[in-house]
Amino acid sequence: MTATTSRRAPIAVGTSRSPLPGMWRVGWSRGQVELKAFFRERQSVVFILAMPAVMLVLLGAIFGAQHTGQGATVGDLYVAGLVGGGVMATSYQNLGISIAFERERFTLKRLRGTPMPAAAYFAGKTIQILVAALAEVVVLLAIGVAFYHLRLPASAAAWWTFAWVFALGVAACSLLGIAASSLPRSAARNGVAVITLPFVVLQFISGVYVPFFLVPPWLRHIASVFPLEWMCRGMRSVFVPQAVALEPARSWQHGQTALVLSAWIVAGLVLCLTTFRWQNRRDR
Amino acid sequence: MNAPGWAIRARGLRKSYGGIAAVSGIDLEIAPGEVFALLGPNGAGKTTTVEILEGYRDRDGGEVSVLGTDPQRAGRAWRARIGIVLQLAADAPELTIAEMVGHFAGFYPDPRRPAEVIDLVGLTGKARSRIHTLSGGQLRRLDIALGLIGGPELLFLDEPTTGFDPAARRAFWEVIRSLSGGGVTVLLTTHYLDEAAALANRVAVISDGVIVAEGRPADLGGRTAAEAVVSWQDHDRRRSERTEEPTCVVAGLAARYGGEVPGLTVTRPTLEDVYLELIGGRP
Repeated sequence: MTATTSRRAPIAVGTSRSPLPGMWRVGWSRGQVELKAFFRERQSVVFILAMPAVMLVLLGAIFGAQHTGQGATVGDLYVAGLVGGGVMATSYQNLGISIAFERERFTLKRLRGTPMPAAAYFAGKTIQILVAALAEVVVLLAIGVAFYHLRLPASAAAWWTFAWVFALGVAACSLLGIAASSLPRSAARNGVAVITLPFVVLQFISGVYVPFFLVPPWLRHIASVFPLEWMCRGMRSVFVPQAVALEPARSWQHGQTALVLSAWIVAGLVLCLTTFRWQNRRDR
Repeated sequence: MNAPGWAIRARGLRKSYGGIAAVSGIDLEIAPGEVFALLGPNGAGKTTTVEILEGYRDRDGGEVSVLGTDPQRAGRAWRARIGIVLQLAADAPELTIAEMVGHFAGFYPDPRRPAEVIDLVGLTGKARSRIHTLSGGQLRRLDIALGLIGGPELLFLDEPTTGFDPAARRAFWEVIRSLSGGGVTVLLTTHYLDEAAALANRVAVISDGVIVAEGRPADLGGRTAAEAVVSWQDHDRRRSERTEEPTCVVAGLAARYGGEVPGLTVTRPTLEDVYLELIGGRP
């Protein structure tokens, strides 16, 4: 506001009312803004997007050349595992942290005070996650192909498996991320730790940081309760199908994978519907 | 409650948190085009009242109509007619002002032009800057731009000029006056009594969850009826006289000094004096 002594002309109230913009239009616009915010924020790009790639390069460099004896190197297993982990990072971890901050910084409260449809907010998040998760997968596969002699599957069936494991995994982990965003008491003080810690633990026991066949059975059983293990197994079935003998069940268990991930989608949806708040708890 | 004659009408508004009453029976009637200021100390129930009217909180009792609709049951069409300026920290730090304002414009059926609103709040020179580079005062202006972008009929302003320098405050007042001149109803909460006096047609003081005084800023708490103090310079000494008839006193002085009275002032209790007295017994 420039200091001025002249009185401005009256700013008239609009009298004609056009129809409200539709959910898809607003959702698409939310998606654009979410993508800009995500890719411009150094923290999210480094912490969410680059981390799995860095881990793949490191773990691959240290252990990758070892052979499993099943026609695949440990590096191949890491590519598949980190694709699963990367999908969870860009969905669960990304959403959990970003929504916790949006709630604390009153971004959600401000949006709630506008005629933006609630569904458009979630549509925008969905667009952002899909783009980020696909970008993550492309980067990881490129590293795999360039450094670890990963051979991309040629069959449509394998890519179909990739598509449904990816879609169900993104959906389940996104819903869990939205639910987890309500856990930290303060996003700024401990939000990142509260959201990230369970994810790091899961990555160790679900076949991301440590090849799954090396994880002790009792930890494998714990891992099997959560979606990440099934996502990684599905990704191994796509990218290292020859190593099926390393699987605890000696099979890829696709039916069970679809079932467990679907169950988590239902559970996540119920959690979201019962816990999601547009305002933080001190502000209610 | 159907109240077509009022932009905002509340009757017996009540709200408590965990058994402690925050608002205990507030009545409000605000006419279309009016600028209404809600004053009161922190914790008096100001924010609770305003957030019930904005539809952010549900009330425990009483009747409320805002633009003819109960905010508790209002939908998108109602939200398109109101504008809310919250006190916010930086959100979306990596977007530019133009992106943010343009994005919010897309939520509304008949938004104002983003460039025009950015100009109105004096941020044109900063339109391409990322939000995290803004100063506190500039962030407040962005908050105001986001409240105005939808072209609201009713604008809620929560302590809008906190962090403004005096020139920016004056300029903001002009914006509010021109909005009001165009028929926008404004409900303002503020700590600054001069702001309420400068902007508002009517003022209400909330203390302890009830309205303790309401009226034109000039009349609040019987200011116009109160005794005035006439003071002047009598050689090397300041003299003053409390009176209900200041005009007579001044005329008498003028006759005595044969024209100009040295250092003459006539004062009544300021809005601040009245306000402090009103909330005095209710911390």
